[in-house]
Amino acid sequence: MSYLLKVRHLRKSFVRGGGVFSDDTKRERFTAVDDVSFEVAPGETFAIVGESGCGKTTLARIILRLIDPDDGVVLFEEKDLLAMKGKVLRAQRRQMQMIFQDPFASLNPRMKVGDIVAEPLAIHEPERSEVHRLACAAEMLQRVGLDAAALNRYPHEFSGGQRQRIGIARALILRPKLVVADEAVSALDVSVGAQVLLLLQELQKEFHLTYLFISHSLPVVRQLATHIAVMRAGQMIEYGPANMILQKPTHIYTRDLLAAVPEIPQPGQV
Amino acid sequence: MAKLLCVNGLTVQLPTAAGWVKPVNEVSLQIAAGESLGLVGESGSGKTMLSLALMGLLPVGARVSGEVWLREKENHNAQGRSSQRHAEGENLVGLGEEEFRSVRGREIAMIFQEPMTSLNPVMRIGAQIAEAILAHEPKMEREKLHHRLLSAMEHAAMPEPVERAQQFPHQLSGGLRQRAMIAMALAQWPKLLIADEPTTALDVTVQKQILDLLDRLRRELQLALLFITHDLAVVAKVADRVAVMYAGRIVEEGPARKVLTAPRHPYTQGLLAASPTLEKRKLTPIPGMVPRLTDLPPGCAFAPRCSLWRAECDQAVPELRTAGPDHLARCVLI
Repeated sequence: MSYLLKVRHLRKSFVRGGGVFSDDTKRERFTAVDDVSFEVAPGETFAIVGESGCGKTTLARIILRLIDPDDGVVLFEEKDLLAMKGKVLRAQRRQMQMIFQDPFASLNPRMKVGDIVAEPLAIHEPERSEVHRLACAAEMLQRVGLDAAALNRYPHEFSGGQRQRIGIARALILRPKLVVADEAVSALDVSVGAQVLLLLQELQKEFHLTYLFISHSLPVVRQLATHIAVMRAGQMIEYGPANMILQKPTHIYTRDLLAAVPEIPQPGQV
Repeated sequence: MAKLLCVNGLTVQLPTAAGWVKPVNEVSLQIAAGESLGLVGESGSGKTMLSLALMGLLPVGARVSGEVWLREKENHNAQGRSSQRHAEGENLVGLGEEEFRSVRGREIAMIFQEPMTSLNPVMRIGAQIAEAILAHEPKMEREKLHHRLLSAMEHAAMPEPVERAQQFPHQLSGGLRQRAMIAMALAQWPKLLIADEPTTALDVTVQKQILDLLDRLRRELQLALLFITHDLAVVAKVADRVAVMYAGRIVEEGPARKVLTAPRHPYTQGLLAASPTLEKRKLTPIPGMVPRLTDLPPGCAFAPRCSLWRAECDQAVPELRTAGPDHLARCVLI
């Protein structure tokens, strides 16, 4: 079976504390990502769950080549992602895009929505005309449920859910293979969050996307994950098909996490 | 049993560029001592503005009308304020800042979503809790103060209270910071505790601990708890009764189990259908978005998003109607 993403023995540690007054020689290191290995097949939604500080965001940042690991291998379609440099890396970045948590902080308030959504094209296809770029942006905005008139407006004119759609349009305009969604719905209201989750599901089918879906919320993950990995203190303590992890968790921490999730009572339940 | 808190027709108006808006519109609710009311709503529903009104912390320029009655604490010796008091307690609406200061903290306390922004980063935890005590009893002796401080921290189940009291907020985890906030809120033995999304920023295992703690405290201390959240699953865990707010009004209220398993208002039904659970199921989002307060529809505020809409919905804002025993819903279909 061919994998889109293959991660082997990934490791990353940071210096704890620090700051201007600290003594460099005494700094401890802590391991944010500790010997993590997994693979993701095309079309899967691979969810990484864990509590704050478990290393899930650091892991995603390494895979997107935003930070370098201390050790380990990441293969993207069998190519060594960590060895890529310069033009090769830049070309690779088109294949991996990200959707952020905070739709208020992740859009430049001084840019028009059209320019925000078209910016990846401006970077990766500078030879194309601006007219072409904006036409692509308009099409993408419509696909995520926004009016093409949004092109000439600014982010502050939109609600949280609409901004998240703008962020999704920007992530998908290059037609990436892998989309990393880091807490993509946790800042949204319940009714709007459900809209965005359904949109992500539709777009996955339409554009054959593979998702690396990072979340602290098991109920959210439940709705679209095909695979779930549970992280704790930098380690991936358990991973497998979503049904297995949720119904027959083997690790006690996974069981604790599941037990702590508050549940809405179902009709008929006493 | 007489209710501890009675809110009658509370309305808050705020000035905006587009005129006055009502983030809290004719809200009535009651909470008994030892009871917990879950107030559910999405952003912009008015739930936080309601809690700020109860705390007397509304922004400058806000207009408030209606009544907020808070019953006397038993054996409470209120010096200098007895003249304004009568059998029902006192009406907090219209109290001046000076008068409100003796209510806030002492009778009504509040905890917030992000404890880090509510705590002073350059002040030790113990000193901050002591400050909450001294604010109302400035002449307390050192020894007694220390005792009160530790007992407040013990109530909030902070491990190693003596050591923790010496620490700064950044040295505590998120869960411990929220416990420090709870200790501070309980320092004066208030009658009513308002918790505004107190666990939203916390990890799920820590959330469970804080919810369990709040649940125990309200039983042990006979606290009335107003628990504000957007999360229906959290509300199911902490609330005896649930009130659902939409665009400034309560649209449904009733026993928690009834509201969550047999909701009568289409908005509550929609929220439940949109909430992810550990069961895999098809989520049904509510179409559209929460209306702006400057641009409310003429009738039911939910009508433009409602799948059961009919012409009648646009004629007038529906009254709260009886939807079952102790269960109200603001919908023409009932």
